[in-house]
Amino acid sequence: MTNTTIETDIIIIGAGPVGLFAVFEAGLLKLRCHIIDILPQPGGQLTEIYPKKPIYDIPGYPSVLASELVDNLMQQIAPFNPGFTLGDSAEIVEKQADGRWLVTTGRGQQHLAPVIFIAGGLGCFEPRKPPIDNIAQFEDNGVDYFVRNPDQYKDKRIVIAGGGDSALDWTIFLADVAKEVTLIHRRTEFRGAPDSVEKMYELSHQGRIKLVTNAQVTGLNGNGHLQSVVIEHDTEGTSVVDADYFVPLFGLTPKLGPIANWNLNLDKGAIEVNTFDYATNVEGIFAIGDINTYPGKLKLILCGFHEATLACQSAYKIVFPGKKLSFKYTTVTGIEGLGA
Amino acid sequence: MLLNTIIISITDRENQVHELETPTDMGLSIMELCKSYELPVEGTCGGMALCASCHVYVLSEHDLHEPSDDELAMLDSAFFVKPNSRLGCQIKITEALDGLKLKLAPVST
Repeated sequence: MTNTTIETDIIIIGAGPVGLFAVFEAGLLKLRCHIIDILPQPGGQLTEIYPKKPIYDIPGYPSVLASELVDNLMQQIAPFNPGFTLGDSAEIVEKQADGRWLVTTGRGQQHLAPVIFIAGGLGCFEPRKPPIDNIAQFEDNGVDYFVRNPDQYKDKRIVIAGGGDSALDWTIFLADVAKEVTLIHRRTEFRGAPDSVEKMYELSHQGRIKLVTNAQVTGLNGNGHLQSVVIEHDTEGTSVVDADYFVPLFGLTPKLGPIANWNLNLDKGAIEVNTFDYATNVEGIFAIGDINTYPGKLKLILCGFHEATLACQSAYKIVFPGKKLSFKYTTVTGIEGLGA
Repeated sequence: MLLNTIIISITDRENQVHELETPTDMGLSIMELCKSYELPVEGTCGGMALCASCHVYVLSEHDLHEPSDDELAMLDSAFFVKPNSRLGCQIKITEALDGLKLKLAPVST
């Protein structure tokens, strides 16, 4: 993929409330921002997980819906024209000869800036992987955590594991595509949409899929590519099913993701920062919001706002070395004319 | 013992038993209790029943409230789940839990 490199003052990783508010505070200092987020829309957890839940501890709002807070933040930062790279993850961070950071996403988009704010919240949501010893060696060789291209399962034998909607939906869909579909679920009951559950039982009665309940996949066999899966039944021992593909669908779980490889000091999955300006151990990289840790850390949006504000002060000194920074209230200057 | 405190016993993943004294009037959850005593419980999602990093087994016969749909849905996609599995973040600490015995479930990566 060939794209022009995006150049800015601060690359913000994470479009949650703290990442968004950082744009505002940076904007007051005439610092431009570009936000990268793996989710396709801004708001982070607030949009993705609890858009309709009220939040009660945002100063000045007795109660505000998470989605409203995001809308308001987007409105608040609009005058500063932030850039967005959405639906893509920041994968690689490299220091350039001129001291700036080059951030490359999974899709190959490059971003260049002297400062990075990591506002990654819980991290990236990654598929939950079943605890099978040799599962890693079959990843992309028969084990798929997502169904990306259903055509690849044409005339193949597929084992799907899980009891939620995605396991049911793909079982139903692939019944018409694959040579053989086996659905394995740990319990008897399925928690998916009632329609899908019914449809799946119907396919099972018609013999178009094989349904195995009260069982789980505990082993994988193959030579290079997957050939069979070992199923452990709650009461009847184990059995082996020939399979070209094993698709475990157990939902997503938050993980630190690629950030874990950026040489930052970590403590229990959070990035260590100082409380002077929320800088990490790597110069020019700051961490703000739920993803950082320090003595007394509280994972609150309002604390993240404070952290973003202080980090901007130090970012200014990196972006404009030697330039004096004078502090002004928005009540005095307004934000008119500050937009980039 | 102080007023409004109870003891909850938690067996860690190395089978070491920790007797934890905890207040009942602070709205704490088992996940928060484990974190405050620095037991190896990450509580990644902050208590929203989204990550199962606070997955525990209930070893004693205490009468816990029924799990919510969110908790059941999460347990459905967690691993090492047994009939006595619960999410620590969904268990609020009350006086009725005095003497509760729990064991931390294995961590899946």
